[in-house]
Amino acid sequence: MIALIIRRLIQSIVVMLTVALIAFTLFRFVGDPVAQMVGQDTSLEDRAQLRERLGLNDPVPLQFARYVGNTVKGNFGISYRIGRPVGALLAERLPATLELSFVAALFALLVGIPMGIYTALHPERWLSKAFLTISLIGISLPTFLIGILLILLFGVVLGWLPTFGRGAVVDLGFWTTGLLSVSGWKSILMPAFTLGMFQLTLIMRLVRSEMLEVLRTDFIKFARARGLTPRAVHFGHALKNTLVPVITITGLQLGGIIAFAIITETVFQWPGMGLLFLQAIQFADIPVMSSYLVLIALFFVIINLIVDILYHVVDPRLRIERQVGAGQ
Amino acid sequence: MRFKTLAVALAVTLVLGVSAQAKELRFAFQGDANSMDPYNLNETFTLGFLGNIYEALTRRTADLTIEPALATSWEVIEPTRWRFHLRRGVKFHDGRDFTADDVLFSFERVKSETSDLKTRVKTVKEVIKIDDYTVDFITTVPDPILIAEWDTWYIMSKGWAEENGAVTPQSATGDDENFATRNANGTGPFRLVSREADVRTVAEVNPDWWDNANKEHNLTKITFTPIGSDPTRVAALLSGQVDMAYPVPVQDMKRVDSNAETSVLVGPELRTIFIGMDQFRDELLYSDVKGKNPFKDVRVRKALYQAIDIEAIKEKVMRGLSTPSAMMIGAGVHGFDPAIERFPFDPEASKALLAEAGYPNGFRVGLDCPNDRYVNDEAICQAVVSMMAKVGVTLDLNAQTKGLFFGKVLRPSLDYSMYLLGWTPGSFDSHNVIYGLHGCPDDSGKGQFNLGGYCNVEVDALADKILSETDVKVRDGMITEAWAKTIAEVSYLPLHQQALAWGVRSNVSVKQRADNQFAWRHVVIQ
Repeated sequence: MIALIIRRLIQSIVVMLTVALIAFTLFRFVGDPVAQMVGQDTSLEDRAQLRERLGLNDPVPLQFARYVGNTVKGNFGISYRIGRPVGALLAERLPATLELSFVAALFALLVGIPMGIYTALHPERWLSKAFLTISLIGISLPTFLIGILLILLFGVVLGWLPTFGRGAVVDLGFWTTGLLSVSGWKSILMPAFTLGMFQLTLIMRLVRSEMLEVLRTDFIKFARARGLTPRAVHFGHALKNTLVPVITITGLQLGGIIAFAIITETVFQWPGMGLLFLQAIQFADIPVMSSYLVLIALFFVIINLIVDILYHVVDPRLRIERQVGAGQ
Repeated sequence: MRFKTLAVALAVTLVLGVSAQAKELRFAFQGDANSMDPYNLNETFTLGFLGNIYEALTRRTADLTIEPALATSWEVIEPTRWRFHLRRGVKFHDGRDFTADDVLFSFERVKSETSDLKTRVKTVKEVIKIDDYTVDFITTVPDPILIAEWDTWYIMSKGWAEENGAVTPQSATGDDENFATRNANGTGPFRLVSREADVRTVAEVNPDWWDNANKEHNLTKITFTPIGSDPTRVAALLSGQVDMAYPVPVQDMKRVDSNAETSVLVGPELRTIFIGMDQFRDELLYSDVKGKNPFKDVRVRKALYQAIDIEAIKEKVMRGLSTPSAMMIGAGVHGFDPAIERFPFDPEASKALLAEAGYPNGFRVGLDCPNDRYVNDEAICQAVVSMMAKVGVTLDLNAQTKGLFFGKVLRPSLDYSMYLLGWTPGSFDSHNVIYGLHGCPDDSGKGQFNLGGYCNVEVDALADKILSETDVKVRDGMITEAWAKTIAEVSYLPLHQQALAWGVRSNVSVKQRADNQFAWRHVVIQ
């Protein structure tokens, strides 16, 4: 197990370097930061000096090497747009994004799995059909549209929920949380629903099809024949055996949720990393963009690692194989 | 009897309640101020925002007239020597006294390498302290519009900046954050309470403001939230979570106006939107005309001008919210003449001019446009493309995000043949536009934004004279002359001034400034 973790960590460094390199080669296409860092009256000479100071005239490989060198030293640079250290900026924004992502993922799991089980066990009931129809809508509507429709309904027409922001935030020193206040919970409902909607439908459909598959297998038939209660058959045996692919997908989707919170954060003006990244793109704020991308790559690597470890917990066969392998 | 007591008690509560009630202004804008440092970026929103916290020697009223602020009066002793008498008894938010030393310090700081507002004092040679409340500015040349932009050259406290290591503005490189990036210490009507970039900035009223006796506003607290997404910003206004939001996108104006509790405040902005043409290259970069440059011929420029149906752009693209312009400046800029009319929209005349210039079948040329900088910028360009097609000129439109657009079109690359741009003269004076957009480009900064390379030595000479002529009548005559020349030569194709659109709740009254700065000191909440 420890060998696995170490191997993965070494791989992650390669992944992150690759992401940073690709990012750097793409940056030349996002535009000129200098034009936005100065006002219209700034002279050409001052602009040229600024470009030189920022090292934008250097060849891309040199800029990349300098970035990697600074990053290794723990220095992510200063944001071109708001003049603050990028490390501090990302640290400030991280709690908002992680809270939103986890609430969204939790929502998707807690609602999606039961819905999936229900539709698999009772495929003919009208409620199952309703679930499936709704899930089609969830999968086909783009995130920003769902967000705007929710804002319109619950924010403007009914006036129940705040339309933007994170509500009252409690600072715990190392973490800022909106989950300790009423306005914080009110604020997170719509963004989390918007962000989790797609995952919910995905999980529901996945659980349903896996469950239907498992219910047809022999060991379920034997379990039934043995006279086990439907409850034990469905939840003790069938559900457990559907969970492996669900864990894989959920894990990978969690990375996706964090990375693609960008759109939801923009629609709801949620002060997370995604919003920061989008503004950085518009401004060609290279230090913020590169650090964000590297950080997201790190998230994906970590999540994949956790998923791999969870496999071993859920699926005993993997543990046995390894022990056999070790014995040889 | 009992009823009476109750009524009295109720009345007392009401009175107390109203007088003690906090009046909070919550407003949203599409972006955030880049920094709390007033010398960090020469940009309207950042400077306008900071103008509520910091103050300058002068300030502008809601109709943009210059009036005394930290200076009570000033006089020109010699053509190159201006004397300013400073206001006594003014305190910075941290309690320090405002004196001549702060002005001298601010002058040094605004000139420093990392400052973006060096142009504010570009003609100033030195500043001399006469006594604690008198300062002389010595200029290199007579400069009649020396103070035109000083309303946004904010005075910072010497003691505060030195104590906190903020004697120069934030550097774009290095690892350290400058103290002034997130902290502010001005003399203005409001003081900064908290600052979270892109999230929330909170200010409160300054009870010790020198002008509190004449104050117009009734605010106690201001909460500003940047909301980038247009529908979210409009929803925040409609649902009453903000009291004021701007800009309101053109397509949402009706909706905001039809709501009983909100309305849109519309006014012309000073920025002029125009199309420029490459007039300096011997052969265009993006054109099928080889070996010569059609834009060097004034007839071609005029032909393109007359092919533009500006009223159609106003009605269809801008939904009535633009002011077609015959000049490169808008009403409100010194030197604007409402009597000047656009060359009429006339496709036939346009075709005739093209034929006369040797292009009876028109030609093909590239047009560069931003798509996220000005109101409906890309749609304007698309409209122009179809209008030009009717006279035989085929435009290849290249609309892209502002970061890419500016990098491609502005100096030094100048990689374009035609482009759409907007310009607001920071000084609200014609000289800025004549010098910066019409001067023959050279290394001194003249014609820096004259991307097309229009060049007329007579206009250049006039620009020099306008800069230093102190007799207003003579100076105005020269401005008129310069405009007449450039318009006759079709230096640019001016389009319009776009409209400002501020969305406000019905219980809030604000004053809209034509330079799109939002001064909180004019806000009254019912």
